Amino acid sequence: MTMKIKNNIAVSDNGFVFNPGSGESFTVNPVGLEMLNQLRKGLSQTEIIAEIQAAYNTEEAIIERDLLDFLDMLRQYRLIQLDDE
Amino acid sequence: MSKPLLTIGVTGLNAIDSPGPGVAVIRALREAASFDCRIIGLSYESLEPGIYMHDLVDKTYQIPYPSTGTEVLMSRLEYIHDIEKLDAVIPNFDAELYSFIKLEKKLKSMGIHTFLPTMDQFEERHKVNLNDFGKKYDIHVPRSKAIYNVMEAQALEKEYNWPLVVKGKYYDAVLAYNFDQTKAAFNKISAKWGLPIIIQEFIHGTEYNVTGLGDGNGNTIAAVPMRKQYITDKGKAWGGISIADKQILALTDHFLKSTKWRGGFELELMKNKSGEYFLLEINPRMPAWIYLSVGVGQNIPEALVRMAMGWPTEAYTHYEVGKMFIRYAWDMIVDLSEFEQISTHGEL
Repeated sequence: MTMKIKNNIAVSDNGFVFNPGSGESFTVNPVGLEMLNQLRKGLSQTEIIAEIQAAYNTEEAIIERDLLDFLDMLRQYRLIQLDDE
Repeated sequence: MSKPLLTIGVTGLNAIDSPGPGVAVIRALREAASFDCRIIGLSYESLEPGIYMHDLVDKTYQIPYPSTGTEVLMSRLEYIHDIEKLDAVIPNFDAELYSFIKLEKKLKSMGIHTFLPTMDQFEERHKVNLNDFGKKYDIHVPRSKAIYNVMEAQALEKEYNWPLVVKGKYYDAVLAYNFDQTKAAFNKISAKWGLPIIIQEFIHGTEYNVTGLGDGNGNTIAAVPMRKQYITDKGKAWGGISIADKQILALTDHFLKSTKWRGGFELELMKNKSGEYFLLEINPRMPAWIYLSVGVGQNIPEALVRMAMGWPTEAYTHYEVGKMFIRYAWDMIVDLSEFEQISTHGEL
């Protein structure tokens, strides 16, 4: 399954995330920034896990858990594109 | 080519913790691209900070409180006009708008231009009439009722659920979580602002505001939506950010088109969890954060003056998203002689 970040979300190189629709801003850490950019590129969850694992040499299960938590958070903060948007 | 010079009277110089819009409006006028201006401050109290901001305000005159009636205000304005030759006046308080709308034609005949809502528009958008307003113009508003006796709130608590919003007819709003708190808020607010008190259903969600300008024919001349980022204990924005929200802009266009609103305004909106917007309040004037409009590319006070003067004014169609305003407090050092001058002579 591919989750899409809303098109208008601005993400800086420093990990500062701005939602121009709501005026909310967030900061993400370097791994969060990588995951966000991969999501923006349209990578699937499996692909993201593989890329993070290759870069950080960490257990797949841990990365998967972190990614799912992260996606939950993005959903909660309405940064994920919904079907009707 | 030199720009025309306009002499503009501005009220709302109380740049305090719950600020009037005057100083922000003046800053915008000073940055107007299409005219230069001489600013005449119109104050009510001797300690309104704007009186002493000589780089913004050229001269200030005290004017009588709205409660003294329109005739007293008119005679004071005639006196000021004799000396200053005002081209336009921008009243910035809800409570004084009634008098200025009443005097609009008289002022015009003297050469003083205004750009105000009509008396019908002013009355119709009143907090007390918000329910009818919502029905008439097909805009979601929270349920509310104007009450004259605190016991009437008891019937509403069953209908609306806690908390309730207890509002004064001009100003003040308190959240009440039980009947004791409702009673306390009712007494406190009614002692200050009179009756009725408005009991409003509380909408859970995020607050947004939009300021703009309507041309009186249903067209949007300007609209800038903002989300408050930092709120004082009085609920005033101390920081905010311009946002891109098509729904808010569509709602603003709908408001202007259906009411044919004339003049500056601020809509206070609440977005609930399902993404629906509720109109909480319509302020019939520009807000204290109006300078953000200049920061994002829409000088609303300038456009308002142009409309007042009857000059052709193009509608703004773009603004910068993600621009913030952050308010700050600044201590001015003032000679006692200046305070004495405004206190005893009513002019500075």
